[in-house]
Amino acid sequence: MAERISNREGIKGMANPTRYGWLRVAYWLQRLTGLGLLAYLIGHIYETSTILNGKTAWDNMLSITETPGGHIVLILVIGMCVFHTGNGIRVMISEGGRGLGRPGQPEYPYRASSLNSKQRLCIWVSIALAALAMMYGAGVLFGN
Amino acid sequence: MATVTVPKKESQNLPGNPKESQEQQKTVTLRIARINPGEDAKGKFEEFKIPVQKWTTVLEAILYVKQNLDHSVALRYSCRQASCGSCGMKINGKPRLACYTKISELESETITVEPMSNYPIIRDLAVNFEHLFSTHKKMKPFIINEESEIKPGAKEFIQTPQDLEKFLQFSYCIKCGLCNSACPTMATDASFIGPQGLAQAYRYTADNRDEGKKERLKIVDQSHGIWRCHFAGSCSNVCPKGVDPAMAIQLLRGYLLGFRK
Ligand code: SF4
Ligand code: FES
Repeated sequence: MAERISNREGIKGMANPTRYGWLRVAYWLQRLTGLGLLAYLIGHIYETSTILNGKTAWDNMLSITETPGGHIVLILVIGMCVFHTGNGIRVMISEGGRGLGRPGQPEYPYRASSLNSKQRLCIWVSIALAALAMMYGAGVLFGN
Repeated sequence: MATVTVPKKESQNLPGNPKESQEQQKTVTLRIARINPGEDAKGKFEEFKIPVQKWTTVLEAILYVKQNLDHSVALRYSCRQASCGSCGMKINGKPRLACYTKISELESETITVEPMSNYPIIRDLAVNFEHLFSTHKKMKPFIINEESEIKPGAKEFIQTPQDLEKFLQFSYCIKCGLCNSACPTMATDASFIGPQGLAQAYRYTADNRDEGKKERLKIVDQSHGIWRCHFAGSCSNVCPKGVDPAMAIQLLRGYLLGFRK
């Protein structure tokens, strides 16, 4: 019997946000920001735990994190946090069956009601809020 | 009025309208994935120059290759009118029906056709639908109701247009499998039910003649079931029949979360 090729797209296909519109972009960003926040959480726990090793260890740690590079990481964390929250609320509401439009007779050319403008607006607002929060964070961290 | 006579042999060879002369025609490059799992698992692309017209579909272009250039290209098709669900394939990177996709709408000089992702390849463009059909069957795609048996004195079920609208669009599914091919969860989880199956579970659950809600919710409420959908909307983006599986899945989840009765 011929060998079977599963032809599964795998992680590469799953993580490709380019082909299926804004909801797929939001799905990709949600995953990316989720992983980013998880990495930050682990790093943050490690950072703050150094205080247990005394003042010198803590000061050494601050000399690494309280730097322009550390501030840029924090600004990214602010953006990830805001987008993940905003978009997460949209997804939670939609996954309960709200904000998707109503089922009905599909009319040609078919436009899926669940990919409606309210969904797209929520995604754009989440991105805009994340950008604003990052700008504010940059002002506070790099301002005088 | 002048009449242009197209030589018979030439007119038969053209995909689309046979009455147009060769000079008026545009050509595109059709890249076809050639994969024979028994011989060469990696496969290769073969390129063909094809004359096309405004209305030439991708299916017609592939059939032109089969008729005139290489008859060994393997694909599946039947109705040629987006009804049978046989001709799904990846066209320029996205799952589409070959008979429903015009070359002109792709706005590209090169058209690449590949077998749909997330299905085992049989050969070239033909994929195996075993998983799609078996999950479809698992969803119990029929009305579950003791009264539905035809017995003497049985009456028809009365449904209002509003009752019908609750499930009608989901019953237009032609089982073409494009949604499962676009789904990011299907890309990594071979056991996931998939948007097609989940949408059908909703189609019957939302039908007020049906009494199988409990049974179906039990089937989808499992680790490779409904909770693995993250509402990426890709299934609805590619569905050629306006089924909107993403909506069906979220509405079905509404039952499990207690938002719907
Ligand atoms: S839901 Fe749409 S894309 Fe999926 S199998 Fe049915 S018709 Fe095809
Ligand atoms: S040939 Fe039937 S759907 Fe394309």
